[in-house]
Formats: sequence, structure tokens, C-alpha cells
Amino acid sequence: MAKWMSVAQVKENIRESSAEEVTARYLEVIGKSKINGYVTVSDKALEQAKKIDVEGHEGPLAGVPIAIKDNISVVGLPNSCGSKILEGYVPPFNAHVIEKLLAAGAVVLGKTNMDEFAMGSSTETSHYGPTANPWDLERVPGGSSGGSAAVVAAGEAPFALGSDTGGSVRCPAAFCGVVGLKPTYGAVSRYGVVAYANSLEQVGPLANNVEDIAVLMDVIAGYDRRDSTSIDSKTEYQKALVDDVKGLKIGVPQEFFGEGIHPGVEKAVWDAIHKFESLGATWQEVSMPNIKYALASYYIIAMSEASSNLARFDGTRYGFRESAENWHAMVSKTRAEGFGTEVKRRILLGTYALSAGYHDKYYLKALKVRTLVKQDFDKALSAVDLLMAPTMPNPAFRIGEKIEDPLTLYLSDVNTCPINLAGVPSVSVPCGFTEGLPVGLQIMGKPFDEPTVLRAAYTFEQNTDYHTKRPPEVA
Amino acid sequence: MITKEDVEHIGWLARIEINEQETVEYMEKLNSVLEYFGQLDELPTEDVAPTYHVAEIYNVFREDVVEECLSQETVLANTEHKQDGAFRVPKIG
Amino acid sequence: MVYENPDGIRIGLEIHVQLNKLKTKMFCGCSTDYHNAAPNTHTCPICLGLPGTLPVLNKKAVEAAIKVGLALEGEIAEETQFHRKNYFYPDLPKGFQVTQYDFPIVSKGKVVIEGEDGEHVVGITRAHMEEDPGKLVHIGSIEKSKGVLIDYNRSGMSLIETVTEPDMRSPKEARRFLDKFRNILEYLDVFDGNLEGAMRVDANVSVHWGTRVEVKNISSHKGVERALLYEIMRQKNVIRRGGKIVQETRHFDEGRGVTISMRTKEEAEDYRYFREPDLMPMRVTDWIPAIRETLPELPDAKRTRFMEQYGITDMHARALTSKIMLADFYEGVCAKGVDPKIAATWTADVFLGELNYRDLAISSYDGKTIGFIHAKDPEVENSFKVQDMVELVTLFAEGRVSDRAAVEVIRTILDGTEEKTPSQIIEEKGLFKAEDDIVTKSVAETIAENAAAVQDYLGGAEKSLNFLVGQVMKKTKGTADAKTARELILKELKR
Repeated sequence: MAKWMSVAQVKENIRESSAEEVTARYLEVIGKSKINGYVTVSDKALEQAKKIDVEGHEGPLAGVPIAIKDNISVVGLPNSCGSKILEGYVPPFNAHVIEKLLAAGAVVLGKTNMDEFAMGSSTETSHYGPTANPWDLERVPGGSSGGSAAVVAAGEAPFALGSDTGGSVRCPAAFCGVVGLKPTYGAVSRYGVVAYANSLEQVGPLANNVEDIAVLMDVIAGYDRRDSTSIDSKTEYQKALVDDVKGLKIGVPQEFFGEGIHPGVEKAVWDAIHKFESLGATWQEVSMPNIKYALASYYIIAMSEASSNLARFDGTRYGFRESAENWHAMVSKTRAEGFGTEVKRRILLGTYALSAGYHDKYYLKALKVRTLVKQDFDKALSAVDLLMAPTMPNPAFRIGEKIEDPLTLYLSDVNTCPINLAGVPSVSVPCGFTEGLPVGLQIMGKPFDEPTVLRAAYTFEQNTDYHTKRPPEVA
Repeated sequence: MITKEDVEHIGWLARIEINEQETVEYMEKLNSVLEYFGQLDELPTEDVAPTYHVAEIYNVFREDVVEECLSQETVLANTEHKQDGAFRVPKIG
Repeated sequence: MVYENPDGIRIGLEIHVQLNKLKTKMFCGCSTDYHNAAPNTHTCPICLGLPGTLPVLNKKAVEAAIKVGLALEGEIAEETQFHRKNYFYPDLPKGFQVTQYDFPIVSKGKVVIEGEDGEHVVGITRAHMEEDPGKLVHIGSIEKSKGVLIDYNRSGMSLIETVTEPDMRSPKEARRFLDKFRNILEYLDVFDGNLEGAMRVDANVSVHWGTRVEVKNISSHKGVERALLYEIMRQKNVIRRGGKIVQETRHFDEGRGVTISMRTKEEAEDYRYFREPDLMPMRVTDWIPAIRETLPELPDAKRTRFMEQYGITDMHARALTSKIMLADFYEGVCAKGVDPKIAATWTADVFLGELNYRDLAISSYDGKTIGFIHAKDPEVENSFKVQDMVELVTLFAEGRVSDRAAVEVIRTILDGTEEKTPSQIIEEKGLFKAEDDIVTKSVAETIAENAAAVQDYLGGAEKSLNFLVGQVMKKTKGTADAKTARELILKELKR
């Protein structure tokens, strides 16, 4: 079997040999991993694959292995969210997306590493140590779904699920040279996904090619009555994959090409836009004047929601518990010891932003700025079909380089977080290299217009060969 | 900007124990982030409505139909601090 | 006469009512039937607040809230929304409570009560939906606790919190308000008040129009009057000694009848309310007409109708309508053609009195039988048939049994376990009213045997007459009609 397989190739191998052999092969590769991409490798994977061989399965993903970010609940596997405070916690229920995957016959290989509680852009805040970028083991894979992107890039899983609150699927996709989609808000159920910022996040697929993204979306997307924010869109994702962008109108927002942008990234992205031109699309500059305020608005909203979402972690019912004389002290000590520094910082900031006297100045203000950012997207997308820009302003940085100063790290979300504020869909596709490191092109669309977004991504892929490149470090 | 007392107060509201040294560190880091957040004051927003949800959805309900519960054993499985079927914690204090 | 309110008392109440008649909790499908269950057996990932879970709102809870709002003559909000109230407590699994803040579903209602000086209006500021936390049991006493056990069965139950204006001017008015409020809710059939935890009351009280103190943990309405009496006395004492009332929260110790200060930390709680991002807003005013149709006849309307339709007194009408099932029982009895005024006396005065004496709470009525459970021991049950009351009232109206005998019949049915009709009981116990000649004979005998008492009466001692009547009753084993006996004795003595 080849080291890197598309889902189609995996399925063919399953037909020719067996699900058990394919899963065993992936487990073997994982066993030799140099990247620390998995927090937990499932001890039930082989058994699940065997069962599918023995009993047969009609589902579209029968026997296909998948890696799951460690904030998505899978029965029987620990759910750490990259944190010490959830030590030992094993969920008694499956997330909606997991139920869909299991019904389709998928085999869960394990849970992947992430920034603690999804708070980060480099997977360096994980209690389980950083994950290495397969393209350069001294560099970060991006975050917070760094584990998921890295294992896909390293051939340790055919595809994976991540979650994207401010760029957490697209950033690692760009840094690791894989495809990552953040669906429209409401397209995929959040039931079972540990919340960081409820009004901003979505589960997103990561894969080595656009078709596999669509295959995964056709399984996991759709209405879930257990998620009150779930929307009943009946999109068919694979059907949208047509190699044709003639007449497509592309908008290029100048605000996404800010001062700090790496010249190699800028060149690769512009080359990509010109590629679309050569394929029959047209492009124009669009203006989105409020984008520069998006980062502050995003962080205030995310931290505020997070400060409330993480209040349940107090050692009372599950996870790590520090002992103390009384309950309040127990909780304070448990959270001091169980949470990492970045998580604590964000909880404190979020608490402050919601507190009496500051609520209007920060939280309410951020929500109003969100309206302006959303209006920018509505306006820009009314003139064009898609927007294109760099996913990240620079390629993968070194492990340890940015982690000391939170603000520097926050600034790397400048191109991804506005999309979460507006709730529109956005995919990152590999569009070149700079200094040997992958560069991601971000393609954004109208709400629920994943078909156009994925068609553009697919067309680009069919007419370039970046998606065929593999990281030499782990070959 | 945030003072040491503010950090202590929000530390209490958020139930995160913070020692002397950490209080100073948090104060500095939080202030630098808050300073960045302050740029939002540049934007006039008196006539702008806040966006709580990107999609305008109303009236999402479920029917009053019973569904299966978890067993007591499953509920308590994730902790060793239990007694007589209940979760056990120290006195509230 | 306007009530002066000499101590400047202002009382406001916050009442939490649990919608325990819904089949499921507010945001999940767990059954609400947890009251006799082992701990943590009626929970699911959602009401335990396990990471990754999301709430979905029970439609019937919203309908119930609208019903309550309409019954309280309040306004239903055009658009209403849930908020998070953030604080830490072991019974709160998510570290926040999903509740309503600045867009409550109901606002600006009123309830009219019988106040110190006649009809008195108590304003309702608002009513809103929220979820119940779990239950804590202290190991040891609250003050000397060795630890706490937590049961989340109750977590996630639907609550409606109603907040009144501080319009009550005495503990009595507060008690009357609660009686009326609870009555209205029972009429609406939104909750079963007999179940544990069904209604919880917090009171805010101040004296001399001054600083208010919150008293929490009042779990019965008998408790509320006691709690308020104690707290008002405490506040007056503090002021009398030259002290100042501190704005604080106090806990009512039902056992000792005192309020205890609950100040834990000096720091004020800041709940950091913000809209619940996992729940969508509701626009449900178009449900109002349909829900209004389903509203039952409310207590005040029923009372007025009873007085008109049955010709009974205001006092009887009040007593009969104080419990919807009792009112229905009474109408069931009247429907069989008995004299409604006599039925009213026997139902409202005697029957209800016997129930109260035995601490029996009305728990069911199915058109034929009214059922009760013991207020302190729900295992103890009993019932009374409409048919039996009809029979008894008829016999009494025909003069076949005396007051005493009829009372005895009621007591026998309530205390007995066998199914006997009133006629059977009367037959067995020989309670049929004594024939006139037996009474006359007993009167003569009594006068003859009790010369001393006769002399006392003729000398001016009224009491002795009662004694003589009592002797006649004894002789006739209670079957004589007391009034008749009295008349006959007087007639004889005048001779």
C-alpha cells in the first residue's frame, strides 16, 4: 500500500485486501511517528475494522480510517482537549459527527493533539507537548487542529476532523500543505464538540485533496435536532466538484494582504489567483474597511464565551481534582493547576470583558463591530462569487518562536478570524511553497455556498500539482 | 487599565487561584492585550446593532418526549469521589 | 379603612415553581419523574453539563410560561431570549444557569388578594423561565458540614420564576398572596404542588421603609409567614438597639424558625449575564390566542360564579375554590341534585376541616372520587366518593341524621379502610336520628336526673344548659338533633 492514500485509494485497498489490513497498516505508520500528532491511539480500531470485514457494511466509508481532534467526543476514548484538567475523562456519548461517521462505517484511529481547549494557532499549548510539522520537525503545524492536519500530511490518517473557531482548521491546513474547510456556521452539528466559542465555531474536515473533503462533508454535514444552531441545508458536496471556473468572479480584499505579509506567501497566492484567471475566471479588488478591527472583535467574543464555557471544569464530576478544605478552594486550585497559562489568560480576559462596568465597552462593542465585519462580507460577496486571500500571513514558524508573547500569536489569526465572525464558508488549499514550507490559499464564499467554494478549490487542484507534494521529513 | 486588585477580583470570579508573582505577570500580559482591544473605540457604533447570531433563526423547540437517561454507574464512572450514588465534594466553605 | 402599615413593612417575593407535570426537563429528554428515585439516575450528558453538550428547549415549558403570564394578567414579550447567569456552586454543573435576564417572557402582571384592609393589588414585576440546579445534601449540619453529596436528578428541571413588587405589607398578606398564587397555578395544572421542591420562595423584606434583606430557602408557605415574622422582629430589634440593617442574604432554618446570615465572601457576585449563544430567540406572541382558549376558569371567576349559580356565601365560595379539585368535587356533588347551600356547608366547613385536621392534601379528582395524600407521608393515601357526599347531604337534608351523626360518618370514611356507604355506616352504628318520642323521653329523664344543673341554669348559669343538652346527646348516643334537644329542654324548664 502507498503511504499516502486518498479515500478512493483506501477503499480500493479495502476491497482488494481487507479493512483490517488497511487499519493495521495505518497503525503501523502511526507507531513509527516522529510528530506527536496523536494523544490517544484507539485500542479498538483493529477490532472495529475486523467487524466490518466479518459483518460487511454498506456505508460510504466502510472500513475507512479517520483521525479525530481531541475535543470531539468519542465513546470509550479519552477526550483531553489537550488539557490536564480533563485527565481520565471518557465521554459516555458520541458527538453527532461521530455518530454519522460510525454509521457510514468509518474506523476511528485515534484522537489528535491540539492547542489546549482550541486556544492557540500552533498546537504548542497542549498539555501533551507540541506536534511537529511534517515538513520541518522544528516547526509548528499550526493550530489549534495541528494534530489533525499533521497526521493527514504525514500519511498517518487518510483524513481527519478538526474544529475551527478563528482559523483552527485552515491555519494548520495551510502550514501542513493539506486541504482544510471551515463550513458555513450551522452546516455541521456542534453536539459533542467541546465548546470554546459557541457562536463562532464549526467542525471542519482536513484531507490531502478536495474530493476527500467533500466525501467527509456528505457524511457529517446536515441538520441535527440536538443542536439548536443547526441549519437544515441539503447541500450535496461531492456533486459540486466540477473542473470549471469559467466566468467565476473573484474578489481580492486588499485588507488581507497587510503589512506583515511574507513575500513568499504573497507571491504564491497571487500566482494562484492568476492561475484562476488563466482558467477563465476574472478577479477584482474589493474593499473590506472594517476587517482590521476583526481580530480584536473576534478575541473579545471568543474569550467571553470561553470564560463561561470553561466554568464547568471544576473537578467535581470528572477530570483532574486538586484537594482542598472547601469546595471553592478546591475549584480554584484545580483550575489553577489543571489549566495551562494561555487558557487561564483567556478566561481572565473573557471574565473581565463580561464583568459589570466593562460589558458594554468590550463585549457589546465587539458584537457591534462583528455586525460591521459581517456587512463587509455581505457587500463584497454581493459583487463577486468568491473572495481569495492568503490563509496565513506567513509560513510555519519555529516551535517556541511566538509562544512567549500572546499578542504576537493572536495576530497570526488576522486573515482567518474575520470569516468566523461572518459565519461564511472558507477553505484553505495548498498553492505553493516558500523556503520549502507550504503556503495556503484561502477561498471564501457566500453562506451555504460550499459548492462554489469547493468547485473552485477542486478546479485549482485539478490544474496544479501542489496537492501531490509530500513532506520529505516523514516520507 | 487592569490593576493588581482587578486581577485578584477576576481571579476570584473565575475561580482560578493566582499567587503574587502570577498576579503581576497576568496584569502585564492582560494590559497589553486590552490595549490592543482598545482600538475598537475608534469605530463609531452607536447606531449599529450587535450580532449575537449570524443566522436569523427563531423558535427552535423540541417536543416533550422522554428519552433514555444514563445509568447511575455511567454518570459516576468519571470520578473516584463518590458516595451512596452521589458525587462527593468537601464542604462548601 | 386604609391599612396604615405602622412599621413601614415592604415585602416582595420571588417564587420558583417547578413544572413537574411536564414529562421531560427543560433542555433535555430526561424524565421528570425523579422524586422517589436513587440519586443520579435521571440524568443525561446534557443536564450533567458534560463537555460538548447543547440545550434544546422544551416547547411545553414555553406554553406553560405563557399560560402563567396570561393568568397573572401580564404582558407576553414580543421577542424573548435566554441568558447565562455565571457563578460557581456545586449544584450547578455548567458553572452557569440558563435563565432569562432583560427579555423575560412575562412582565407587568397583578394578583388581587384579601389584604389587611380589603382588596389589595400585588404587582407582578416579571415571570421568566430558567433551569433548576441539582440538589445538595450536607454531611452533618450546614454549619458543621463535613462534606457535601450532590444529586443531579433535579438538574435541568423547568422552573418559572415569578417576581413580585414589594407590595405586601405584612406576613399575613404574603401568606395570602402565596395561597392565591399557588391556587392559580394549580388551576392551570402546570405543576403538582404536593411534590417535593415544587415551589420555593425567597422573600425580600424591610422595615421602616428601609434597607431590604433577602431570606432564602423557604420551602412551604407556612414557612414564609414564620420566616417573615422572625425577620421583621429581628430587624426591628436591630434598629431599636441603634444598629443598622445590612443588605444581605439570610437563610431560613425551618426547624428552628430563625434566619441565619449567609455571608460567605465579602466580594459581591457579578453574574456577567450574556445571551445564551446555544439557544435561539423566541417570537411566540402568536401562540397567545390558542393558549388563552385553553385557560381554565380561574379562582376569582369561579368564586363569583359559585355565589351566583349556587347561592352560597362568599366565605363558602372562597373555601371551595381554594383548591380546584375541591371545587370540582363540590360541583360534582351539586350536579346530582342536592341542595347546594347544604352541600357547601358540609364540603367547605366540615369536610375540609376534617381533611385539614388529618393533614390530608387533596391530590386527585377523577369525576367520581377525590383523592388525598398525607402532607408529611405521601405513602398514606385515602379518598372520598362524590356519591357518598351526595348520599350524606341528602339524608341530612331529609332530617334523617343529625349534625353529629353526619360528622361521624365523614370521619369514619376518612379514617376507615373499608368501602362502606354512609347508609351502611349509619345503619351499623345506629346513627339514624332518634325519633321524636325518644328525644322527648330522654329530655324528661335528663331533667329528672340532673336537678342540680337545672337549678344552676334557672339561677342564670347558661353553661348548665349545654351540660343538659350534652346529657341528652349521651343518652341518645348522639343521634338526637342538638338543636331540637335544646328547644325541648327549654320548653320543659319553662313549665
